[in-house]
Amino acid sequence: MKKKAIAVVAGACTLGMLLSGCGGSGGDSNASGGANVITAFNSEPQNALIPGDTNETGGGKVGQLLFANLVRYDSKGDTKMEVADSIEPNKDATQYTVKLKDGWKFTDGTPVTAESFTKSWSYTANAKNAQKCSSFFSMIKGYDDLQKDGLKGDEQLEGLKVVDDKTFTVDLAQPDSVFPIKVGYLAFAPLPESFYKDPKAFGEKPVGNGMYKLDKWDHNSQIVLTKNADYKGEEKPKNDGVTFKIYTDVDAAYADVQAGNLDVMDTVPASATKTFEKDSSIEAYNKAGSVIQTFTIPANMKHWETNTEEGQLRRQALSMAIDREQLVTKVLNGVGTAATDFTAPAIPGYSKDLKNGKYLKANPSEAKKLWDQAEAISKWDGTLTFSFNADGGAKPIYDAIVNQVKNNLGIKAATNPMPTFQEFRNAVSERKIDGAFRTGWQPDYPSAENYLYQLYDSRAADGNGSNDGDYKNAEVDELLNKAAAATKSDKQIDLYHQVEEILLEQLPAIPIYYTNADGVAAKGVKGFEMDWQNQPIYENMTK
Amino acid sequence: MGKYLLRRILQMIPVVLGTTLLVYALVFALPGDPVKAMFGDKPVNEAVAAQIRAEYNLDKPFIVQYFLFLKNALTLNFGETFAGQPVIAEIGRAFPVTIKLALMAFCFEAIFGCVFGVISGLKKGKWYDSVILIVSLLLISVPTFVTGFVGQYFLGVKWRILPVTAGANPGFFDLLMPAMVLGSVSMAYIIRLARSEVSSNIALDYVRTARAKGMSNTSVTFRHILRNSMIPVVTYLGQDLGALMGGAMITEQIFNIHGIGFLTYQSILKGEANMVVSVVTLLTLVFVVCNLLVDMLYAALDPRIRYA
Repeated sequence: MKKKAIAVVAGACTLGMLLSGCGGSGGDSNASGGANVITAFNSEPQNALIPGDTNETGGGKVGQLLFANLVRYDSKGDTKMEVADSIEPNKDATQYTVKLKDGWKFTDGTPVTAESFTKSWSYTANAKNAQKCSSFFSMIKGYDDLQKDGLKGDEQLEGLKVVDDKTFTVDLAQPDSVFPIKVGYLAFAPLPESFYKDPKAFGEKPVGNGMYKLDKWDHNSQIVLTKNADYKGEEKPKNDGVTFKIYTDVDAAYADVQAGNLDVMDTVPASATKTFEKDSSIEAYNKAGSVIQTFTIPANMKHWETNTEEGQLRRQALSMAIDREQLVTKVLNGVGTAATDFTAPAIPGYSKDLKNGKYLKANPSEAKKLWDQAEAISKWDGTLTFSFNADGGAKPIYDAIVNQVKNNLGIKAATNPMPTFQEFRNAVSERKIDGAFRTGWQPDYPSAENYLYQLYDSRAADGNGSNDGDYKNAEVDELLNKAAAATKSDKQIDLYHQVEEILLEQLPAIPIYYTNADGVAAKGVKGFEMDWQNQPIYENMTK
Repeated sequence: MGKYLLRRILQMIPVVLGTTLLVYALVFALPGDPVKAMFGDKPVNEAVAAQIRAEYNLDKPFIVQYFLFLKNALTLNFGETFAGQPVIAEIGRAFPVTIKLALMAFCFEAIFGCVFGVISGLKKGKWYDSVILIVSLLLISVPTFVTGFVGQYFLGVKWRILPVTAGANPGFFDLLMPAMVLGSVSMAYIIRLARSEVSSNIALDYVRTARAKGMSNTSVTFRHILRNSMIPVVTYLGQDLGALMGGAMITEQIFNIHGIGFLTYQSILKGEANMVVSVVTLLTLVFVVCNLLVDMLYAALDPRIRYA
């Protein structure tokens, strides 16, 4: 009797769980929003939706639609005034006067004032508030005072002064001619007064002044944005809203685009790179973008120094032993573009014809010659290792590079994959890697300065920036200083080219290719294009 | 019986405590610094990093971190993720989805596995026995992600019969294909298990005796052969329910299901010890309970097994 009772209970439990498990209604998840609402691929934002704490694309894509900054970047990467009426530098670009346009409002009805900017920037810069983008404000005077212990969190940056409701001045610690471009980055967004009362609640339901406003954020499911009727910018969104669907995997999203359940995604899974441009069930986009992939050899590595003839010869030989065109067509299936400089094609000032550009072109016989010259100076018969994170799909590229280097130079080379990005970056930042390692750069704002200063200036070395190879060259620093003080853009670009020509000769990092801006949209979506950040221009899309 | 149950439940305490300590230590031992990784390729602002470390107790020694976690866990506060979400809320969102998926897969494999296995075992050598055998062999040898992608492409994208992905808050139809994919390998094992059990039991003396006593064929099949064949199958199913809940990561990824598997994977990558430990503890509990249920079912199936 007892046994039977147990069997019955067990059965009933299973049945009950089954019924409740299967009871949900279908359909809901595949609804593609209303008539003119675009559904877009996204990953779950890794931080609260606070502009100064958003440093990855999952949150960045959303933030950019929710907030309007002083300036905005158009699709080509040119900077246009947005909330700012003017941003005027003084003579040596150490002080800027910012005037705001009238009539801008946050979606809670409060006006956007000079203080909306200055308080927001100070909040982000203040170490007490633990905002991940704080170092973006390091060029503003008083930043160092906000990195000390014992702060309360509401101390303001000394360099920001409010003149009146619509005007403020910015004092910089050193000349910075690209400041008016930098302020278009999401971390420089204005914040309404309500933010400071409860930053945590704000991060769940941000209030901005951008093209869209946040309707709801269902974690791990979707982020619903609707058009902001009060948006004052010149170009209004052409659709009624954007709904970001959260995906755990790009392949799943791609299948949904093929089936028409998702309108647009800003990436193409590796499994589809061969086929996506020929697939008639979708619209494809594939053009050179703004992300550059390089590998770095530490500047002071024995026999490979950037400041000795031997080291430079070896670097040049290595670079010319790599056939970038072949990597792009054979390994990447054409979703990359062979590198010709140290910035990227989507950035103003990009050039294909820099002096010393020959070092980035495959030339095995010349490479061998240069290598033998280096060997004549001093013998080196070590193994050149290439370290990279194995979780990012870089393995095929480095396998191919190692083969090319072995074949063309006849030296020993090997890959050194590290399991995760985290472990890899840790080894890089602790300078534990002996040999070449993967580096890459995704710009924060469309300026050559963002690549060259952050990656190759000596002030960004030794852990103070992203100069992971600790490359130090006084001439490069000097030229970058001059460019930072040059307020005319053609003069700036000329100086950046001079920097790049030095870099091309000394090769602190060896550029390989630019990741393409590639994406797909469902059939029937109009106006699908991608901008300089490799992002779809969501506001221009309609159905 | 009651005493036995109580003893089993008390045994769970050291198991759960041991698991939390072990898993916490494993996450702690992961190479790399989770706070540095939050900055990606960008320079790390040490002052900010120190603030974040203090906020998540990452600046304290391992054992202190562990006891702080335990202390909070006792008050049902499992901490927050690095994104500022309460761990308990994240699990609360993900777990029901995984339960739905696992139960559907479980029902699928249990029902179809037993039915086909038993048919196959009873009618050994018939043509449909051979077909069932070949299909089950095929399912065992093809990895889940292949079945998943093939099913997704044909049933979802090409023919539009079933939803391509499940998304959040999935319903029955959204999970139908994922459940079948997830349950397919285990179903094949159950077919083979049931088939061999049934076909060996059929030839045993007690079956012959039952038939000799004039029992009807149906009665012999259901009351004797099936009942005795089910013990290994139930053992397998019990273990599998736990495995389905913890190990559905690949299926979850293919069909965009926001369940426990993916949550765990993400948290391990980010080094979120609170989340990983909470999820693994939950899964441990599921395993322990499933095992207990299986042991209880033994008693129901086999009169010789008694618990005191």
